[in-house]
Amino acid sequence: MNPSKKTMRDAFIEQIYQRMTKDESIFFLSADFGSSVLDKVRADFSDRFINVGIAEQNLINISTGLALEGYIVYAYAIAPFLIMRAFEQNRNNLSLLAQTKELNINLVGVGSGISYDVSGPSHHCLEDIALMRVLPNFIVASPSDWVATKALAEYSFKVKKPKYFRLDAKPLPQIYDTITFEDLERGFYELKKGENVCLVSTGYMTHKAREVVEELSNQGINCGLLDMLLIKPLNEDLIFETLKNYKYVITLEEAFIKKGGLDSAILNILNDRQANVFFKGLGFQDRYVFELGGRDHLYKINQIDTISILNRIKEACRAMVGAK
Amino acid sequence: MQPNFLVEKSNWVRKETLKVHKLAPETRIASSLSSVELFVALYYGKVLKYDPTNLRAEDRDRLIVSKGHGSICLYPILADLGFFDKKELLTVCKEGSFLGGIPDTLIPGYETINGSLGHGLGVASGVAIGLKRKNRLESVFVVLGDGELYEGSVWEAVMFAGYHKLDNLILIIDNNKICMLDYCSKILDLTPLADKFKAFGWMTQEVDGHNPAVMQEVLLKAKKDRNSKPKLIIAQTKKGKGVPKLENDSLCHVRSLSAQEVDALVEESSL
Repeated sequence: MNPSKKTMRDAFIEQIYQRMTKDESIFFLSADFGSSVLDKVRADFSDRFINVGIAEQNLINISTGLALEGYIVYAYAIAPFLIMRAFEQNRNNLSLLAQTKELNINLVGVGSGISYDVSGPSHHCLEDIALMRVLPNFIVASPSDWVATKALAEYSFKVKKPKYFRLDAKPLPQIYDTITFEDLERGFYELKKGENVCLVSTGYMTHKAREVVEELSNQGINCGLLDMLLIKPLNEDLIFETLKNYKYVITLEEAFIKKGGLDSAILNILNDRQANVFFKGLGFQDRYVFELGGRDHLYKINQIDTISILNRIKEACRAMVGAK
Repeated sequence: MQPNFLVEKSNWVRKETLKVHKLAPETRIASSLSSVELFVALYYGKVLKYDPTNLRAEDRDRLIVSKGHGSICLYPILADLGFFDKKELLTVCKEGSFLGGIPDTLIPGYETINGSLGHGLGVASGVAIGLKRKNRLESVFVVLGDGELYEGSVWEAVMFAGYHKLDNLILIIDNNKICMLDYCSKILDLTPLADKFKAFGWMTQEVDGHNPAVMQEVLLKAKKDRNSKPKLIIAQTKKGKGVPKLENDSLCHVRSLSAQEVDALVEESSL
């Protein structure tokens, strides 16, 4: 495979653009946020593209009104503002309302985690997994590459519910050749089967996880890897079946940990079924990242760079052996 | 239509609303008494096109009640017009009922989730633009309280609707001048209110919100007037209208009436 780099947003919007050429029921709304492919949407579908201005609350409210009239709506903005500035609009007009009416509204948030690294903590979005996972009737998707993102765009036409797509801001290399609708319905992809140790990662962190898995492999450790494409809903039984034979499960997320994110989601599944596994959640601790620098630098500071992760896995493995 | 028909309906609705409040003292009675005539004009004045047998009919006018808590007076109207059985009015706020203290989409006739203020105008603007895109001629009515205007999201929508020339959008402000804790003029005075909307490209009109015939006339005209401007109708109302004890109380929003008080009021023919 030639691992070509591409932004998730361009891959996603390209699919929407293609669909808009034959489906008049699609509206694309932006809170004054763009992309190169979006320029085509703006030019060719000026009657179904609306820039609401820097007004995320109104972005969601207008989207709600359009969805009530039967349109498929995309609401596009920088991730932290899309979900947190408009959190109550998302709660009342999407989450609550969708329990009583069919609404196909798609929140497309760019800049998950710290992908806007040097913009600082106002533009980081380390809260989104926990915040959006708490909302009933929402689907939360967290793709790791543009191929999965493209598949999610197709998924968005078919599944008529409110959805949040947490997209990375940076062009990232391709992981998948193809992702099918069935893959997305399953919600996760088993990138590697391992023995004893398994990583469960999502979004950008799956790239880190692949580095870790490869390095462990060089050291003779066969580590498994699950890529969580959907954070919600979770196919709990299938996730458990996939994880139950491991002795050690580690979640990796570019998000706060111990606050209801991916770590909590996986831990709940294991706990509910009284799994006999050691568990560790890796991600960002309970502080914002004011330090400046690129992602690699910030990962080092927060001890989630590849070497730190490797060391923590090895330490834990030793502790696990010691505990026995 | 008899000239007194709307007045009589208003009196009936006010009494029925009080009866609901007697059974469900959790309901916001003062807010629901200021909006009686505007809902009477919409429903009985043949302003709003509706079909209780087909709630999703494409050719219905849309009504979004952003001040949901202050629309308990709409319950007897909807029951009277066949949206649901009248006996349901006896169940408001009771276990198993779909008629809560704050209405939502489980009630036939309500289009949106209400309760949190400041959402309705934006949602209505989205509906309005969706109707225009479909080349449909129906109107979108939205009812806000004046206290709700403090929510910033309202003004995001005011800007939006004006710029997008949503002339199928009619905003009725139930200008009862009292918030939860005090008179609005003592919290943040928004006068001159109409000028603020005019500056954003709206057409505005102030009317006596307790004169249903005038409300009807103004609403019908606003509905017909497709002049590239969204319409604002400021209904000058009195919070707690019809109940002297509430009318002059800055804290009337949180007041409930006792069963005896309701009985006495319902007995009075002057209500």
